[in-house]
Amino acid sequence: MKHITLFISLFFLWMLLTFSLNAYNIIVGLFTALIVTLLFGHRFLQDWKKFYNPLRYIWGLIYVVVLIWDCIKANFDVAYRVLSPKMPIKPGIVKVKSSLKTDIAKVFLANSITMTPGTITVDIIDDYFYVHWIYVSSNDPAVYTEKIIGRFEKLLKKVFE
Amino acid sequence: MNSISIFLLIVGIVFDLFGCIGLLRLPDVYNRLQSATKCVTLGTCSILLALFLHYGFTSVGIKALIAIPFLFFASTVGAHALIRGSYKFGIKLTDKTVIDDYKEVSK
Repeated sequence: MKHITLFISLFFLWMLLTFSLNAYNIIVGLFTALIVTLLFGHRFLQDWKKFYNPLRYIWGLIYVVVLIWDCIKANFDVAYRVLSPKMPIKPGIVKVKSSLKTDIAKVFLANSITMTPGTITVDIIDDYFYVHWIYVSSNDPAVYTEKIIGRFEKLLKKVFE
Repeated sequence: MNSISIFLLIVGIVFDLFGCIGLLRLPDVYNRLQSATKCVTLGTCSILLALFLHYGFTSVGIKALIAIPFLFFASTVGAHALIRGSYKFGIKLTDKTVIDDYKEVSK
């Protein structure tokens, strides 16, 4: 079942990517999806039942909207720091503890941190995220943990866990 | 529809330009990666979205739309690999740095 889920999603992606109902395209797509499924199927989501829960998709959509909004904010933030003559930066690497457990949720959290204003993930070791921050605005771990991952952590827990 | 797509195109090019200015002005590799990932990713996504609005649901438009998540993951994971690699390689953080928690675990 896990393999079938992966196969169908890969084939769907292939059809979108080529976007033509040519017999040649379909056959190549089926073969490619089959090979990838056989090679990497065991690495796909451990708990594939979560894939068919519609509630998770709704939370995923909310997460995407929040992420896009943060991306736009991040761009204006970086543009301001780059263009202002004094260049207001105060960089540093801080350690942030997250309560997410599954690997895929951690990957998404790391990517979200990279796209949010002024922060970029350096490394993940167990539950700790090491984050490079362009303007370290507080020295209290509780405050900056909330500031960096607070809003994403809650949403990702609903989407992936 | 055409004017929206031109607007998005201009926004994308402007943000790509900001990203490049940041790449030149900021002091060290870590700060430069910040501007390179954020500005350039959203700038390029904006250009791709403009392409999608211009072509609509055709082969080209859908490809532009699918390229957005691919670009997103490629640039974030690439930035992560670069920043970790340069730290392990021993490139120093800039003098303005106030805190470095990664020092104790990177040995």
